[in-house]
Amino acid sequence: MSIQTQLFESTRLRLGPIDHEKDPEVESRWTHDPVFLHGLGLNPARPLSPAQMKKKYEAIEKEIEESHSTFHFAVRAKEDDRLVGLVRIEWIEWSHGAGGLKLGIGEAKDRRQGYGSEVMQLMLRFAFEELNLYRLSAVVGEDNIAGLALLKKFGFVEEVRRRKALMRDGQCFDLIHLGLLRNEWQPVEESQL
Amino acid sequence: MNEAGLFAGKLVRLTAEDPETVAKPYAEWARDTEYSRYLDSNPPYTFSAKKWKEWLEKDMERENNYFFSIRTLDGNKFLGFVALFELHWQHGDTMVAIALGERDYWGKGYGTDAMNMMLRYVFTELNLRRVSLIVFEYNQRGIRSNEKNGFVIEGRTRGAMLREGKRWDFIWMGVTREEWLKIQETA
Amino acid sequence: MDNPDLLKGKLVRLTAEDPKVIAEANVRWARDSEYMRLLDSNVSAPVSAKKITEWVEKDMEKDPPPEYIFMIRALEDERLIGVIGLGGNFSPHGEAFVGIGIGERELWGKGYGTDAMRVILRYAFSELNLRRVVLDVFEYNPRAIRSYEKAGFVHEGRVRQYLHRSGQRWDLIFMGILREEWMASHPDG
Repeated sequence: MSIQTQLFESTRLRLGPIDHEKDPEVESRWTHDPVFLHGLGLNPARPLSPAQMKKKYEAIEKEIEESHSTFHFAVRAKEDDRLVGLVRIEWIEWSHGAGGLKLGIGEAKDRRQGYGSEVMQLMLRFAFEELNLYRLSAVVGEDNIAGLALLKKFGFVEEVRRRKALMRDGQCFDLIHLGLLRNEWQPVEESQL
Repeated sequence: MNEAGLFAGKLVRLTAEDPETVAKPYAEWARDTEYSRYLDSNPPYTFSAKKWKEWLEKDMERENNYFFSIRTLDGNKFLGFVALFELHWQHGDTMVAIALGERDYWGKGYGTDAMNMMLRYVFTELNLRRVSLIVFEYNQRGIRSNEKNGFVIEGRTRGAMLREGKRWDFIWMGVTREEWLKIQETA
Repeated sequence: MDNPDLLKGKLVRLTAEDPKVIAEANVRWARDSEYMRLLDSNVSAPVSAKKITEWVEKDMEKDPPPEYIFMIRALEDERLIGVIGLGGNFSPHGEAFVGIGIGERELWGKGYGTDAMRVILRYAFSELNLRRVVLDVFEYNPRAIRSYEKAGFVHEGRVRQYLHRSGQRWDLIFMGILREEWMASHPDG
């Protein structure tokens, strides 16, 4: 890897900015799928209208600008520039070199296509070789099998298990924190992704 | 049910205070970097009392702001705060943070008593199912106090902090309502 | 468990819509005074689209939202047919108030409201993890009372002669459903 390596491009995907005109409608659709929202946080899954999404995007860019501790990327397919997902590194504590990672693929039909792996590869490289972070955290519900598998594939290790901290559909699940240290990270060959 | 019992423990009581009253002590305690480094992973910094007042006032506007001040039963001395954050109603889980600014009161059971009262409030008034917290690996006194209140270690965020040239873990601890109730029975 | 169709029923789906869309539909429905008198105990009066847009935009600013309000669309043709929402202070007791209005009169009595109610109850019990949902309904709205009974609500009491309309007095009827009751009749969610 060198200075010439494109940090924001993989085989099929490109990381980039929010399109305030086109993206709100797309992500508004995604928010009507609770599976997408459950993978991104603990709040109740609540659909947002395109207008609400637009406001949210504005708040995100404001936060990025003011806090200097967040990086948010829209994930698009190179082929047709279609919005496919989002990824963030957030809650960065620069004095400790620690950050949190969040990733979501919007449409059910786009999941299980290997997009998550491509994004993960790009983000880990960005985090460890450009932001120079020491460690990354990701928080995932025990019931998010796909999320756990993706993180473990890249070397994340289970660090904390908050017992029965999640309640979904009348059942209690553990909330799992996984962590990856820079000195544990091995970039995966693109062909192996 | 004894209403006074919710807000008065063995050594301390939990109160609501005007930002005006408490902003100055918070600003002064922040000069004690040992205090700051137990409380916060952010680099210690000395913000003014004016800034503290603004933050406290802004907090008061938030929904679900459960922020209590701690005062001694004997002498009414203002010691610090205990507060909830990341409260997720639909999961029934919340995080808690506690800090005593008055060094003379460290290691004497005041913090343990204040935390116990917060737990009682969370489990019997807010009807939540469990409480989580982070305590820093180098805060042995904090870890012991939490264990006395029934908190169990649930994991460690490895090397979360770099301080004094060394890496330290965040220790995550949690207590469920059932576990806490059991302790109260045998107490 | 993790159900992508959480907001879909058999006849309807619940959606989030832009303030302009919400305002236009509500203004149109509010012209029907029978609809308004079935829906609301407040004095029926027309309201402007601008006012509704302002209310919706104001609510959008709050996080967490004060209420969970959805628009109702018919599955067969995506037509906007009504509005439904959960409100009140959910915590610490875990109860929400539910309210529903089907604005398109030709769809009254055809199961659309009952279906929407089932979807929002599923949302209340399996996403928000509430313990109970309550509603009030007017004695002169037997169609709604029957719909709520079908959805699982149980009569809990009456506020006698609360309403005064068209020269008569009417009771306000309270109905509620507990989480256990709903789970027992919907084991698969």
